[in-house]
Amino acid sequence: MSPVIQARALTKRFGDSEVVRGIDFSIPRGSCFGFLGPNGAGKTTTIRMLLGLSPISGGELRLFDLPMPGAGRAIRARIGVVPQMDNLDPDFSVAENLRIFASYFGLGGAEVERRIGELLDFVELRDRAARKVGSLSGGMLRRLTIARALINDPELVVLDEPTTGLDPQVRHLIWGRLRELQRRGKTLLLTTHYMEEAERLCDRLVIMDQGRILEQGSPAELIARHIEPEVVEIRGDGLDALGRQLADTGCRIEPLGDLLYCYAESARPLLDRLEADGCPHPYLHRRANMEDVFLKLTGRELHE
Amino acid sequence: MNWSLPRFSPLALAVFRRNLLVWRKLLGPAVVMNFGEPLLYLFGLGYGLGLFIGEMQAMPYLTFLASGIIASSTMNAAAFEATYSVFTRMVPQRTHEAMLASPLEVDDIMAGEMLWCAFKGTLSTAAIFIVALLVGGVQGDWAPLVVPLGLLVGLAFSGVAMCMAAVSPSYDFFSYYFTLGITPMFVLSGVFYPVDSLPSVLQWLMQLLPLVHAVELIRPLVAGLPVEGAWLHLAVLLLYALGGYYLAVVLARRRLLV
Ligand SMILES: Nc1ncnc2c1ncn2[C@@H]1O[C@H](COP(=O)(O)OP(=O)(O)OP(=O)(O)O)[C@@H](O)[C@H]1O
Ligand SMILES: [Mg+2]
Repeated sequence: MSPVIQARALTKRFGDSEVVRGIDFSIPRGSCFGFLGPNGAGKTTTIRMLLGLSPISGGELRLFDLPMPGAGRAIRARIGVVPQMDNLDPDFSVAENLRIFASYFGLGGAEVERRIGELLDFVELRDRAARKVGSLSGGMLRRLTIARALINDPELVVLDEPTTGLDPQVRHLIWGRLRELQRRGKTLLLTTHYMEEAERLCDRLVIMDQGRILEQGSPAELIARHIEPEVVEIRGDGLDALGRQLADTGCRIEPLGDLLYCYAESARPLLDRLEADGCPHPYLHRRANMEDVFLKLTGRELHE
Repeated sequence: MNWSLPRFSPLALAVFRRNLLVWRKLLGPAVVMNFGEPLLYLFGLGYGLGLFIGEMQAMPYLTFLASGIIASSTMNAAAFEATYSVFTRMVPQRTHEAMLASPLEVDDIMAGEMLWCAFKGTLSTAAIFIVALLVGGVQGDWAPLVVPLGLLVGLAFSGVAMCMAAVSPSYDFFSYYFTLGITPMFVLSGVFYPVDSLPSVLQWLMQLLPLVHAVELIRPLVAGLPVEGAWLHLAVLLLYALGGYYLAVVLARRRLLV
């Protein structure tokens, strides 16, 4: 089966600065595909190009085997979009927002009314149907935006940071709904700064930085490829000296903020040493995760 | 800049409909805002000045003025909607950005917006026309034609005004457009007195702008006189409408598709 999205040497320039630098990726039908990357990596710009909202400066882009740009209308009719910043219509109520948005697709009538009911149940906003958008909380706005993105029963749903700024309950609700969408056969493309989210939801990830794709693969593959399986985090002040003392335990040691990250095939020797010395700093032993991969690939310093 | 010719689809009507639905909710205040000022001109000047002037160009001054105000209020309503309101939906409210996540293109959005702005102009046309009729300012049998004509007048003014919305950095910008463009046209286009009383340079200049042509179509219809040079006037208005739409689409693409 041909991929839902295929990008080759995709490039975007704003004046002299190249913010997407010839990236290649392909998104298989039915997958949940994640874009990770620090602020300014080019994730939103890439999404805008996929939707035809940003003219591409170079390369080739096909969605559903149709060329973008060129078949923009036909392509967008089959996509649902959750933008990074909510742009719901403040002049309308919750249900009206869905109804009006359906009309932009040329959809209306009883079929749309049925879908509106279903979608409001899906995002648990049924009892707010008549409320003005201005009176909703951040979590409700996000859920409504997700419902809006589904009004045209899209094959592909594109979500730009769907859970940023939301409380854990809403985030879990959204994760559940996204998994449900995937079970129904939809393809998902999402960007996130939450590594836990990426690990839970995505079958495949790309890690972007400064307009380039640094790595791609499944979360488990990426962890296995880049990071020792065990990690010990030590917290406290004056860790530089401690880091030097621990160098002979066979760990790879990385400082970040007030933390010392120690990566090892086996953390046993390190843990034994910390116990023997009666380490004054609190420490945590855990398995390697996507955050470790992300920090290793994109560097530990600030990007902007 | 993407100068390719606009191609809009019937979906543009969904954009028009969205605005209509919002407007219906705010009907009361909207009516007062739109018709208050032109009515003030009509009654204040029509009765006050009419007493001294009596007739102008072989018609009662009230008829002369009412026909001018029909044209100018159509212009004002359309230009106001196409600047302040279109800008609101394009920039702070990001309504157009949301629309672009559907099959709608910038071409459709601007077509729907322009039709909407012209429709609001036409509402003004109709409202002032009805008032003029009630106070006995309308003589022509064909006078009701000014209402459909108002749609063309509205289109002529909304296209250009939408260009302003598409390039404007903020709301302040529009006061320049109104002070330097719309208000001089209002004063110098034969709304209050015949254009031929102006110095010839100004007369010539005003012929290049659309309001004179709107007035010269509407006035004889209202007064029951033969319309002279109708095709020229219609052509100028149409040219402004089409040219304005094209340029507005090009500028809106530049703003929205980055
Ligand atoms: N319209 C624009 N003009 C000039 N530069 C832009 C424009 N839009 C984005 N950029 C630049 O392009 C780069 C990529 O931005 P983009 O929004 O795609 O990043 P992102 O990965 O989505 O970041 P974030 O995680 O903060 O949302 C940034 O350096 C940004 O400043
Ligand atoms: Mg972004």
